[in-house]
Amino acid sequence: MNLNETTVTKDFHVEEPLVPKRTRLEEFWLLFGQNRLAIMGLLIFILFFCCAITGLFLTSGSKPIFDPSLVRLEEKLRPPCSKSNLDLLEPDQVPTLNFYLMGTDDLGRDVFARMLQGAWVSLTVGFVAVGISVLIGIFMGGIAGYFGQHYIKIDHILLTLLLVSGTGLVILDVILVGAALLLLGAAYIVYSVLTRHRSKKKEHSSWGAMFHINAVSVDTLIMRIVDIMLCFPSFFLILTVVAILPASIYNIMIVIGLTSWMGTTRFVRAEFLSLREQDFVAAAKALGIGNFRIIFRHMMPNAVAPVLVSATIGIASAILTEAGLSFLGFGVPPPHATWGNILSDGKNFIFDAPWLTFIPGITILIVVLSFNLFGEGLRDVLNPKLRERH
Amino acid sequence: MTRDKQPMADDNRLISVRDLKVYFGGGDACARAVDGISFEVRKKETVCIVGESGCGKTVSALSILGLVTTPPGEIVDGQIVFAGQNLLELNEEAMQKIRGNHIAMVFQEPLTSLNPVFTIGDQISEAVSIHKKIGAEALHEKCIRLLKDVGISAPEQRLEDYPHQLSGGQRQRVMIAMALACDPDLIIADEPTTALDVTVQAQILELFGSIQKNQSMSILYITHDLGVVAAIADRVYVMYAGIIAEQGNTEQIFRNARHPYTQGLLASLPSLSKRGKRLYSIPGTVPNPAYKPAGCPFHPRCPHKAPSCYKEYPKMCDYGQGHLARCPILFQDERRHT
Amino acid sequence: MLSFIGRSFVQKIITLFFVSIVSFLIIHLAPGKPSQVDPMNPKFTPEMVERFRKEFHLDKPLYVQYVYFYQDLFTGKTVSWKDNQSVLKKIWDRFLNSLPLFFVGTLLTWTLSFPIGIRSAIFREGAYDRTATFLSYLLISIPGFFFAYVLIIFVVTRFHVPVIGMETFGIGDASIPYILMDRIWHLLLPSVLGATGGIAVLSRYVRSQMLEVEGQDYIRTARAKGLPPEQVHYKHALRNALLPFVTMFGLILPGLIGGSVIIESIFSWPGMGRMAYEAILARDYPIILTVNFVSAVLVLAGTFVSDLLYLIVDPRIRL
Repeated sequence: MNLNETTVTKDFHVEEPLVPKRTRLEEFWLLFGQNRLAIMGLLIFILFFCCAITGLFLTSGSKPIFDPSLVRLEEKLRPPCSKSNLDLLEPDQVPTLNFYLMGTDDLGRDVFARMLQGAWVSLTVGFVAVGISVLIGIFMGGIAGYFGQHYIKIDHILLTLLLVSGTGLVILDVILVGAALLLLGAAYIVYSVLTRHRSKKKEHSSWGAMFHINAVSVDTLIMRIVDIMLCFPSFFLILTVVAILPASIYNIMIVIGLTSWMGTTRFVRAEFLSLREQDFVAAAKALGIGNFRIIFRHMMPNAVAPVLVSATIGIASAILTEAGLSFLGFGVPPPHATWGNILSDGKNFIFDAPWLTFIPGITILIVVLSFNLFGEGLRDVLNPKLRERH
Repeated sequence: MTRDKQPMADDNRLISVRDLKVYFGGGDACARAVDGISFEVRKKETVCIVGESGCGKTVSALSILGLVTTPPGEIVDGQIVFAGQNLLELNEEAMQKIRGNHIAMVFQEPLTSLNPVFTIGDQISEAVSIHKKIGAEALHEKCIRLLKDVGISAPEQRLEDYPHQLSGGQRQRVMIAMALACDPDLIIADEPTTALDVTVQAQILELFGSIQKNQSMSILYITHDLGVVAAIADRVYVMYAGIIAEQGNTEQIFRNARHPYTQGLLASLPSLSKRGKRLYSIPGTVPNPAYKPAGCPFHPRCPHKAPSCYKEYPKMCDYGQGHLARCPILFQDERRHT
Repeated sequence: MLSFIGRSFVQKIITLFFVSIVSFLIIHLAPGKPSQVDPMNPKFTPEMVERFRKEFHLDKPLYVQYVYFYQDLFTGKTVSWKDNQSVLKKIWDRFLNSLPLFFVGTLLTWTLSFPIGIRSAIFREGAYDRTATFLSYLLISIPGFFFAYVLIIFVVTRFHVPVIGMETFGIGDASIPYILMDRIWHLLLPSVLGATGGIAVLSRYVRSQMLEVEGQDYIRTARAKGLPPEQVHYKHALRNALLPFVTMFGLILPGLIGGSVIIESIFSWPGMGRMAYEAILARDYPIILTVNFVSAVLVLAGTFVSDLLYLIVDPRIRL
């Protein structure tokens, strides 16, 4: 049977594809939903988030509904779910609903109110710290991965040294030498810009060429910085900085963020190294798209998967670190309540008032567990290799 | 319409697959990768299973050796009769005695099918020593002989090499050597040359041809390339969307195809006689195994579609001498003309 | 191969140099002064403060201090500012205390994680895997000190196992077996505590590596050859899955000086972690800088050993 001429021209009705269309988001939810633990993690996280926000409203302001810092020495160490002793208290000291949901601590403060206040602190610490570390990590990792093969020339290094030392000396009141160095650096910048404009060719004069040799590649430089940071045991570094700086919640967040960006950098760099060789990057370059747009608009969404996973797990670890710091006495200063504070205050009363240890401990456990489960669920979904083959 | 018949004498049959069904996933989006196929391989013959990607040929081959990953995949029905036993009923231990020993398999991706941390010599001698007890010296000799048989030069040195030191073609030859190690009765080759260059492909095909001639074993060769089929096959099974569309010997399939899908495949082959004309391609796409059309799975793309095609699942039509095709419409046309 | 070793070594030395500079700067540029030189401190008269400053070169510019400090470090003459003992001797004593804790903890971690992880991977989604996974998540998420206190309460009220310190007070004259048993009792709880977190993390990692390897084509080839499942898992799969762990083995080294501040605080174990913690509080610069330096040396040595081991173990990498 000869089909060459006949069937090509025949017009037939090819049916619509039978597979139901699914967007990427729907597919993501479908896969994610099969992991029950991860769904539980997500739900608990949402619950925690709502608690933190409501807690913020309920405990802040001058006349909060649940007052976390009101000291009532008459009501020390009351067990959970106990009624307050109305005879001993002033009218404005009576807790809302006349009820200590989680008991009181050794200063008579309502533990439930403190937990609510602490929720917001833990949430903020977690998110801000991880936000900082992820931003730094993406930036450093992206640059290292994309521009890795570019070299930093010696004249750039000298220039940077001149400027930095000049600024440093000026700060340290050695104005003359400092200013001289700064002027030298500025002059060099002007000179190089002018020569580059004047001559169309890329080469510089012989003077400039001497300094224009390759010193070290961007990739090596950034990886060495990562290595240097990794040489400091992280907890010690945080401890050192926190002990030295004045205690405040912002310092803690910034320090935790500044000491945990190394992992993200490595992930992003590895992803970028493999993405850079892919054809869509070459296609984008061929269209004339600039480098930074390629990095942030085209490559980053593809590289974001391991970053997301490490970010969720990073939030969990930031909360644990903050609790640890509070335990050692370096956390957020009183009277601000954090879960770590409550835990560490309670360690002296372990046998008399176990709820002071168990309530914050179990709460931290559940919240951190939920973050970890959510992160692992994300990892299983975003990593096609580990998925069941459908 | 007649049912499938086995025209040859029973004792000439090496392995016979009947009504095999392998489904993946469960519930409503169950992917019916293999949907009731029957084929057989006789002694000393080369059988080819042809089909596009996704038609279920690899899964059929894997089910013979029980290598389908069981949590998503499940063998729902069917029999695979080999040497008087139903392989689907055997336990794992009994299957291990058959794998590599009586039935061996060569896979598609030579670059990843060898363990990177063991030497070639280790892996080949393992293939032998699992099933046969021979001394170390004899084992060494056998490995060298196997490598020579598959055409690898300097076999003594190659035994000490690691897989990453060999090219793709050489690795595939090593895979074939491992398959031959215990003189199996049947070799299943799952698209062994797809990942290789055309020149290497020709050499490997030649190798298979010489193996079959010299060692009198049967080969079940799975491919999507009709050129390969024409070169080596004694009999052919054409698969589409998990079913056998047509079967017969090479001559019958190439000269007298009786299923619209086979005809479409053949028409799509470029050839000198079609020079200057627009190249034919079968319109539409292969259906998703989870959402197959009702009735004949090919009917949405078929130029000979009739209302009965999507109402009932077509039975095999016998054209005599072992040539069967699953298209009653063309069968009726044929009968009307003769 | 030699050129790789040489290059790597030089790079590590350079990194070490920069680490020393960075840690020095952090300590000295931070606000707050060591108590001995704090002009507000009533314990020290101004003359003593001056004398102290002169002796420890605190009046000289930073780069001079830097040179002096590291000179002293390498000749072993650095002294702690708190109690004037030699820093290296102090570190060594505390290190010997931390060593059994570290050793037992690491031993437990590495010997238990692998069987658990491998079993979880082979019987994926089975009852064993689910329990192990759940326990791992629990152990990763629990705050260390909370878990410590729970364990302490449980153990002390049930088993009366001594919990505080390295040895029972006043046991000095007892016979050797008693001393040994006493030491082991005291060692038990802190090292188990330290190990649980490690086991949780490591076993998950082992599991995921095994799963990834089990999905590879060469495992399918091994099964097609007719190999029994034990050989497929323990010979073919494991050998590939273990490769990254060989490199992690080298990174155990930095843990020597880490010590866990929290565990040591809770159990009053006189180890490295607590010493560093106290030094930070007291701004005892020599100790802080020395600990930092030693830790950096260990980290770099650890990565060096890891790279070397990886070269040896993976046949695909032969430089």
